[in-house]
Amino acid sequence: MSFRASHLLGIEHLHPTEITTLLDLADQYAEHNRIGRAHRDVLEGLTQINMFFENSTRTQASFEIAGKRLGADVMNMAMQASSIKKGETLIDTALTLNAMRPDLLVVRHPNSGAVNLLAEKVNCAVLNAGDGRHEHPTQALLDALTIRRAKGRLHRLSIAICGDVAHSRVARSNIMLLGKMENRVRLVGPPTLLPSGVEEFGVEVFHDMREGLRDVDVVMMLRLQKERMDGGFIPSEREYFHRYGLDAEKLSYAKDDAIVMHPGPMNRGVEIDGTIADDINRSVIQEQVEMGVAVRMAAMDLLARNLRAARGAKAAGIGTGVMV
Amino acid sequence: MTTLRFENARLINPEAGTDTLGTLTVSGGVIAEEGAAPDEVIDCKGHCLAPGIVDIGVKVSEPGERHKESFASAGRAAVAGGITTLVTRPDTTPAIDTPETLEFVERRAAIDAAVNVLPMAALTKGRQGREMTEIGFLMDAGAIAFTDCDSVITDTKVLSRALTYAKSCGALVIGHVQEPGLSAGGAVTSGKFATLRGLSGVSPMAERMGIDRDIALLEMTGAAYHIDQITTARALPALERAKANGLDITAGVGIHHLTLNEMDVADYRTFFKLKPPLRAEEDRLAVVDAVASGLIDIICSMHTPQDEESKRLPFEEAASGAVALETLLPAALRLVHNGHLDLPTLFRALSLNPANRLGLPCGRLTPGAPADLVLFDPDASFKLDRFALKSKSKNTPFDGAILQGRVTATYVGGENMTVQMNDGPHDA
Repeated sequence: MSFRASHLLGIEHLHPTEITTLLDLADQYAEHNRIGRAHRDVLEGLTQINMFFENSTRTQASFEIAGKRLGADVMNMAMQASSIKKGETLIDTALTLNAMRPDLLVVRHPNSGAVNLLAEKVNCAVLNAGDGRHEHPTQALLDALTIRRAKGRLHRLSIAICGDVAHSRVARSNIMLLGKMENRVRLVGPPTLLPSGVEEFGVEVFHDMREGLRDVDVVMMLRLQKERMDGGFIPSEREYFHRYGLDAEKLSYAKDDAIVMHPGPMNRGVEIDGTIADDINRSVIQEQVEMGVAVRMAAMDLLARNLRAARGAKAAGIGTGVMV
Repeated sequence: MTTLRFENARLINPEAGTDTLGTLTVSGGVIAEEGAAPDEVIDCKGHCLAPGIVDIGVKVSEPGERHKESFASAGRAAVAGGITTLVTRPDTTPAIDTPETLEFVERRAAIDAAVNVLPMAALTKGRQGREMTEIGFLMDAGAIAFTDCDSVITDTKVLSRALTYAKSCGALVIGHVQEPGLSAGGAVTSGKFATLRGLSGVSPMAERMGIDRDIALLEMTGAAYHIDQITTARALPALERAKANGLDITAGVGIHHLTLNEMDVADYRTFFKLKPPLRAEEDRLAVVDAVASGLIDIICSMHTPQDEESKRLPFEEAASGAVALETLLPAALRLVHNGHLDLPTLFRALSLNPANRLGLPCGRLTPGAPADLVLFDPDASFKLDRFALKSKSKNTPFDGAILQGRVTATYVGGENMTVQMNDGPHDA
């Protein structure tokens, strides 16, 4: 099997063949989801806990549906409201949960690296659902699947990632994934919203939106957080939309068949014009959401196989060196 | 009066810049002229005998957090590391900002610490950067220098007055050069690594801005000023110019910034979280060169004990700092083994320069100087186990590292504290 990881913490440590394996499986799940074929035996008897230390509606729902379609017992824990408020440390929370013997742990946390820390302390497969500004691997994988289905390939494409790259874990995971698959990645945005040292990532940097979009195959927009809009990083919402918001005029610089993507939730009229977002000929934003479920099913399926194999090996007394 | 003679010693003399085999006589706790008949002869077996380390900027967590480090444990760690004088930081809880709190520290140190302890006091009350402390009274009570540690005084009027007043008292001020606005919230140095890990970065320019500002204030006030740590290449030209212009300025650097770089943080290893953060490799090499040339005067441990709880957190929430009393010398010897420094130059930065800066008679092998000495085997290698440290806190970035250089005995005032410590009680 060419997917060997025991956790899905980020794109950084995935090999291109692992990415392809996961996307191939996700593609099958996407088709089966459309015709309503369930696979309740895949995660049967396994417990999936969704721990979200940060608000999320769509990602949490997507992981929950993915787990349920594969037959897992899914539990959601809203961590903002829970023990964190009582002063429990992340590691204690992890150890407490670990004692309940879950099999799959889906974690979102506001601090970069927090999911890695947690993964060191538990005996189950951990999926990173977003940690600080670090990584959001399932988002990058669902974006990749969406691109592959729309463009027929996932290599030698020109892809512009536009907007608040500095604060975006989605952008980091996408830069790594698209780079590993040998695409040309451009970052487009005001310099205050691009991270330091980014030119060393093998990307091209543009501060002019029209130049940045010229002849690209894919336009990937990022969400601009409300709290960044007033004076700190950019002068105002309206100036940002004028210079960096995606509208029909700016999109005309991209290839005629370029697709428009957005991880959601969108700020219409801030980073993207409503008519572009709704243009069924250009926008694949709804497809991204659909692929999200398929990618998460594939990720949990592959991790569960590795988990079961490692546990089986342990039960049989075979040292595998793989986490159990 | 006991007279000791160290024979067959490799004498590291930072004043003369020499490294020679010979003998050293100690009589009545001070280094003596050769010739007196010894009561005891110590065979150094060709190991190095150097002036004991004077470490400026050590955090002993008394008062306030004695569970992290006490004077007893810090003293044991210092003996194990060849440090004979601890110059302690006032960033305790509460801060050492009154003669009364200073006297508490001196009393605790006198009872418990196995080495010399010279406490520093805060420059402003509560290290808040608003009102200066009673610099005169604090000096009378024994404060060796004044510092707000890593809390930068942002109000330049407050700092200029404190510097002016300190100068009138003949006090040394120690500052942390960092533009606090630019460095706010940063956990690592900005750049590719910070972006890859999604961590908020501090621009290395913040240090250059801090040093530029403080040099302007020194031109205004003429105060005696020491920079606790210079960690970036771009801050060095400013230091060089300030020295050339005759300002009373010196600078130090912490051992970790000389031996580690930002990539060592790897997968969010919080024991490598320091303040200022670890820098790029080019910066590390630049500060090593600056130590070799003497532009940077002093190497210190920046010993900062933190308990497990404050480090076992997501990186950005974890506490900064590392323990280093016991690893200072072995880590610094890496620079010798790598050919960056020779031993007399190293001990100029570890012992002689800090002693001179503080006006202390130690830090040298000259007759009449206190017999504060370290005897060490520069080649003995060992693998560091952090749980074997004498410090109460075990937050060292060198856990599991192979270090070369081992202290065999530390003498304070001619007394072998290594022997005393091994025989004595091991209470907290």
